[in-house]
Amino acid sequence: MFAPDQIVLWAPWMVVFMPLFGFIVLAFFGGLAKKQGQQQGMMVLATGCTFASLFLALLTVRSLLSLPAGDHGLHFVQPSLMAFNWIDVAGFTVPLALLIDPLSSTMMLVVTGIGSLIHLYSIGYMSHDEERVRYFSYLNLFTFFMLVLVTGSSLPLMFVGWEGVGLCSYLLIGFWFKKKSASDAGKKAFIVNRVGDAGLIIGMALAAAKLGTLSLMEISTGVATMQREEFGVFGPLTLIAIALFIGACGKSAQIPLHVWLPDAMEGPTPVSALIHAATMVTAGVYMVARLGAVYHLSETAMWVVAAVGGVTAFVAATIAIVQNDIKKVLAYSTVSQLGYMFLACGVGAFGVGIFHLVTHAFFKALMFLGSGSVIHGLSGEQDMRQMGGLRTRMPWTFWTFTAGWLAIIGTPFLSGFFSKDEILLAAFGENKFLFGLALLTAGLTAFYMSRLFFMTFTGEYRGTLEQKHEAPAAHGAHDGHGADHKADDHGHGHGHGGIHESPAVMLIPLFILAIGSVLAGYIHIPQFVEPAIRVEETIEHVAWMPYLATAVAAMGVWIAFLMYAGALRELPAKIAAKYAGVKDLLEAKWGFDDAYDSFVRNGTNGVVDVSERVLWKKVDAGWIDGVVNGLAQMTNDVSQGGRLLQNGLVRGSAISILAGAVALLSAILWANR
Amino acid sequence: MALAVSAFLFVIGAVGVFVRRNVITVMMCVELMLNAVNLAFVAFSRAHGTIDGQILVFFVFTVAAAEAAVGLAIVIALQRNREDLDVDSFNLLKG
Repeated sequence: MFAPDQIVLWAPWMVVFMPLFGFIVLAFFGGLAKKQGQQQGMMVLATGCTFASLFLALLTVRSLLSLPAGDHGLHFVQPSLMAFNWIDVAGFTVPLALLIDPLSSTMMLVVTGIGSLIHLYSIGYMSHDEERVRYFSYLNLFTFFMLVLVTGSSLPLMFVGWEGVGLCSYLLIGFWFKKKSASDAGKKAFIVNRVGDAGLIIGMALAAAKLGTLSLMEISTGVATMQREEFGVFGPLTLIAIALFIGACGKSAQIPLHVWLPDAMEGPTPVSALIHAATMVTAGVYMVARLGAVYHLSETAMWVVAAVGGVTAFVAATIAIVQNDIKKVLAYSTVSQLGYMFLACGVGAFGVGIFHLVTHAFFKALMFLGSGSVIHGLSGEQDMRQMGGLRTRMPWTFWTFTAGWLAIIGTPFLSGFFSKDEILLAAFGENKFLFGLALLTAGLTAFYMSRLFFMTFTGEYRGTLEQKHEAPAAHGAHDGHGADHKADDHGHGHGHGGIHESPAVMLIPLFILAIGSVLAGYIHIPQFVEPAIRVEETIEHVAWMPYLATAVAAMGVWIAFLMYAGALRELPAKIAAKYAGVKDLLEAKWGFDDAYDSFVRNGTNGVVDVSERVLWKKVDAGWIDGVVNGLAQMTNDVSQGGRLLQNGLVRGSAISILAGAVALLSAILWANR
Repeated sequence: MALAVSAFLFVIGAVGVFVRRNVITVMMCVELMLNAVNLAFVAFSRAHGTIDGQILVFFVFTVAAAEAAVGLAIVIALQRNREDLDVDSFNLLKG
């Protein structure tokens, strides 16, 4: 039972099912917890389940690595315990089984590790919310589906997790559904993801038809035997790869399906950290890396992935520059960093994409949680123009956030430096234009993250919260500000008064993530996951690359410092006035939302018109209702006549019998005459 | 000859069923119809030289006995509850 080869058979299932257990308990018995203490017990239970899951995941990985390796030095196991044939039709089978190899292990550790910390953080963050038990049940359900997604051994099982996390994302974005914008954002996320999922389903169907299997391992090994022409520009495998990539675009918020992620910031901040930064949105990167063997063989698909990734990284970074909502900056930053990951995959460095996924999970979760701590401390304020000078008021949040900031901009020897450097190198060897775009994006990243950092933590506090607290008599004078503020993010009212540092339960996860942000770059993830992806990565190392990347980042920081904390504070307004066109374009987020709006509106107006005049008035009201009502009328008429026959007289019945008998007899005699 | 008698008896029974209103009389008429059929069976049996018709008569006897038993029980129940044996007054199944 506890020998390594035994552990890997049952522990992965336990990893997956622990959060489901937590969800079931909270969903079915959470309503019984009325008292404060009972509800806290529920929250601790949910958190305990994810920590148990993390522990089991560590146990699994340790056992897996102690087992002898298979072909190409790949450690993998498909735990047969509890596995069965899920689909078995006409020789086509899909087993319901897990696949544990270095790639899924990495993802499993990220999901359970970051997930546990965010559960812990949420205990503090959601402590004032009346619906915290519902929140924790969703969070547990999400963890379960995410683990299904990363450990499932076949595309359909991955799809179950894929849709499950989509559902949880919808539920958690719209967690405060009484707020119109939150429920709208939830719907938007769900609908945009549907578009991507259509691509995913088409890709799966094509793969099933072309390859005869949907098992991830069989696909990866099977494509190696395919002919070259299958991978041509419109070859079937290219189409499969691109269709699946459309799904990845939806889930991982890549252009043109990125529009839902910034709106998803309506959810509670820990949700933004867990789902919309560290785990769910990276599912697309995971899938592309998982099927790296397929993508690798199709030049067209690789080009599409790299181009979409590179362009998304750049466009999202430019939008992030003009955002004033602290969470929106981080959201666009996430879109941009996901673009980096796809760029890495697209130039053939799948392992590097996963590497950046892991380091990004640490520092972006850290910064989201840090921003959550700021928002919590400011009683719901999200506008950076109302912040400033929080360095002294929230010292712990400040120091941990600094670690995240330094990591994302690529400060040498922190995690982001290593992974971003590898991506730049991989892009440099493959495509000079995309390399230029990526390098420019690195500079922009440094700029907007520093802008966020300086606006939030340095200088003077620009908000009104403190004065309100100190001079309650002047309360009325500040009422006007209430409308300007974003609606209270986490709904716990302004009961706290002034700015305050967050409780220890929120700071501990920040510390752990800060340590991770600093050190995650020293884990050799590309080498670790490479055997599972089955693509040899050849990255030529160029000696001057780290210096160039650091110089670009330093320039971004320096400009941001001058403009938002130093001597040139007037400059942003001047630039905005001079290049109004650019500013408008960026503030309109490159017009994606407007384009969709008008497209959908004009499109639907036409559809609505046809629908009203023809489908409703003619087809529905005329034909369909006519048939239904006519049938009812006919039945009524016939039975009005028929009921006269039922006079209840025995002799009447007798006559009917006689008449029938006579008729029957006559017919028989006539027929046999 | 026997068939003519059978037909005659059957018609008497059938007419009685339709024109009489007393339940007991109706039942007696039904009995008459059954026995007309029995007579026809026996006649055919003789004519064809087979035993089948006579066997069937036993079945008819059995059914007739059962029918009489159930029918008379219903008649007694009707008399006790309604004090009335007119078939036309039992029309609760009117649509």
